[in-house]
Amino acid sequence: MVVISRAGSKRTICAADDAALKLGLRVGMPASKAQALVADLAMYDADPVGDLAALGKMALWMLRQYSPVVALDGVDGIVLDTEGADHLQGGEEMMISGMVNRLRGVGVTARAAVADTWGAAHAIARLTSAEWTVVPVSETAKAVLGLPIVCLRLPPETVNGLRVLGIDTVGQLSAMPRAPLTLRFGPEVGRRLDQFFGRVVEPIDPIRSPEIVEVNRPFAEPIGAAETIAKYVARLVKELCAELETRGLGVRRADLIVHRVDNTIQAIRAGLAKPVRDDKRLTRLLTDRIEKIEPGFGIEKLSLVAVWTEPLEERQQTSSLIEEAVVDVSPLVDILGNRGQRIYRITPVASDVPERSFKRVGPMSEETGLDWPSNWPRPSRLLAKPEEIEVLAVLPDSPPRTMTWRGKRRRIVRGDGPERVFGEWWLRDAELHAVRDYYVVEDDSGERYWVYRAGDGVDTTTGSHRWFLHGVFG
Amino acid sequence: MRTHVRPSGVIDELRERIAKLEGSAVRKAEFLQFGIPEIDGKLPGGGLAFGALHEFAGGGAGTVDGAAAALMVAGIAARTKGKILWCLSRPDLFAPAISQAGLHPDRVIFVEADKEEDVLASFEEGLAFGGLGAVIGEIVRLPMTTSRRLQLAAEKSGTMGLALRRWRRQTEANDYGQPTASVTRWRISQLPSEDLPVGGVGRPRWLAELMRSRAGECAEFCVGACDAKGRLSLFPPMAYGQDQEGRGRWHAAS
Repeated sequence: MVVISRAGSKRTICAADDAALKLGLRVGMPASKAQALVADLAMYDADPVGDLAALGKMALWMLRQYSPVVALDGVDGIVLDTEGADHLQGGEEMMISGMVNRLRGVGVTARAAVADTWGAAHAIARLTSAEWTVVPVSETAKAVLGLPIVCLRLPPETVNGLRVLGIDTVGQLSAMPRAPLTLRFGPEVGRRLDQFFGRVVEPIDPIRSPEIVEVNRPFAEPIGAAETIAKYVARLVKELCAELETRGLGVRRADLIVHRVDNTIQAIRAGLAKPVRDDKRLTRLLTDRIEKIEPGFGIEKLSLVAVWTEPLEERQQTSSLIEEAVVDVSPLVDILGNRGQRIYRITPVASDVPERSFKRVGPMSEETGLDWPSNWPRPSRLLAKPEEIEVLAVLPDSPPRTMTWRGKRRRIVRGDGPERVFGEWWLRDAELHAVRDYYVVEDDSGERYWVYRAGDGVDTTTGSHRWFLHGVFG
Repeated sequence: MRTHVRPSGVIDELRERIAKLEGSAVRKAEFLQFGIPEIDGKLPGGGLAFGALHEFAGGGAGTVDGAAAALMVAGIAARTKGKILWCLSRPDLFAPAISQAGLHPDRVIFVEADKEEDVLASFEEGLAFGGLGAVIGEIVRLPMTTSRRLQLAAEKSGTMGLALRRWRRQTEANDYGQPTASVTRWRISQLPSEDLPVGGVGRPRWLAELMRSRAGECAEFCVGACDAKGRLSLFPPMAYGQDQEGRGRWHAAS
């Protein structure tokens, strides 16, 4: 399958899928030649306007989901400034791999890169074969020197001219003396190179859509002290809440964008578990991380954006004076969650295999009332990986007499079991015959453990008959 | 008769006035009873105080895994009302066991942090929030300053703080002798389980040592582990199993 674009009467391939690339078709090839090479080629007309609209939609989604500063990067990319926002997704690597996976889920093959500068990330995302790349801080230069100069976002004529001079890679270009280059190709080459290595800042102008609520506060004199910032944040939050009230909305995600005098942008993002229009809570969340802002030479503008809003209705509360008030814990969840802590509840899963019998859910997810069956005792500490122990035991179904765990031999005084757990063959083929026999054992000093034997003690197809320690009872 | 009653009335009034001056009388001090007169009688106020920090640790191998102490803490939290915040950095807690100690999974919110300082910060935030039943923190070190911060946060909001101390190595546990601002300090060690007439493991038993109690005396109790409602039960002290003869009896019985 290929996509054909038109320029006047010239029809060329502007995109091709893997199968087409395998057949020898290339981007930039005339359509007629491609048809001659491949007989039953599926050809579609390009729709640049539609593509751009879809890209804009995706950028807005990313603005809500990932980062406060998002912009379109050319016609085929999106650039995000994720500083100060990646911790909400569990770090840069989790964020970017999650992003690629989610896009794949909706049928978009994406390449992504995290780097120190827009230029470097742009180049690495387009020219490396890996699905996602994270370049460590200040190692950009090492990672990009070998890349070809097409990735520098220069006009095609300049790239061709440089190629004629025998310059193919970024490394070669950056080693050239700057003056002759500027004389011949204009200042663009030097500027792009400086942006590429972060010697010149390249602010990202974030996209906005009309339904996003935004309030701004420019300063005649740049501000810098933490107290001053906190004061103005509180005022901005009040303004934002008033604006939201007129629209009947509550905020789920708010960004404080800090414009510094040296034309750089910093952002603080606050996420909320439920829509909120309470100015005290919002101020608290934003000022909680005020020390993350580096004012540098001063801040000339603060803007507060509610990127994700949801309808919030006033509700009348009935008080019967007898019932106890149910305390809403979402303010606490918000405070802790915005500090980057993992916050969750654990809920039962219908599985007999201990390590599969629970799952983590969001802290504010619906209360199911489900509980685990309580007919068998369960240890209060479960080892992440069962540890192999040496035992003396009578087969097939009595608890061990002695066991050696972590180099210490223990005499078993009492034991209870077995509790037989069958493998879940519907999850993995290897578990078709698998069996675990769990025992509660108590040693002579009164310490109680949860041990199991892989296999039923008779048939070796059910397991290796080795013993493992899986948990510690209280 | 009147002359006998009057002095105590005067003293009560004076006490009330002093408490008012101290400022803590704004909130009536509340206590969570164990429901066992022997234990409640030893605690000033007749139970574990709300709005205070209580420390729990295991004995022996329990200093590292804190398995029994975790259940004890869960049982106490189960008997409070409202949500429970459980701050931890080592996620090896097996939730079904907590539920068997009476703490329903819907009530517990876990906060997992990578660093010890973040656990303490979450712990303090939870205590200061108010409106939670209890806040539990699994922490390694608890210096005086930190514990005082936690105690003050608990006093302010009236939430019970339960610090579950567990160390990386058993040798580090002598840290538990250091003074902190907590109101009570407990050590929960495992004892051989209740004897059954047939083979098998009976109800687990613990030696609960009240090592420190502000305005109270130390004590130790031999208790049966939390039941499905989080309640303990007292065992007669003859079954301690601490003396060698007692141990021999357990061996012989097995």
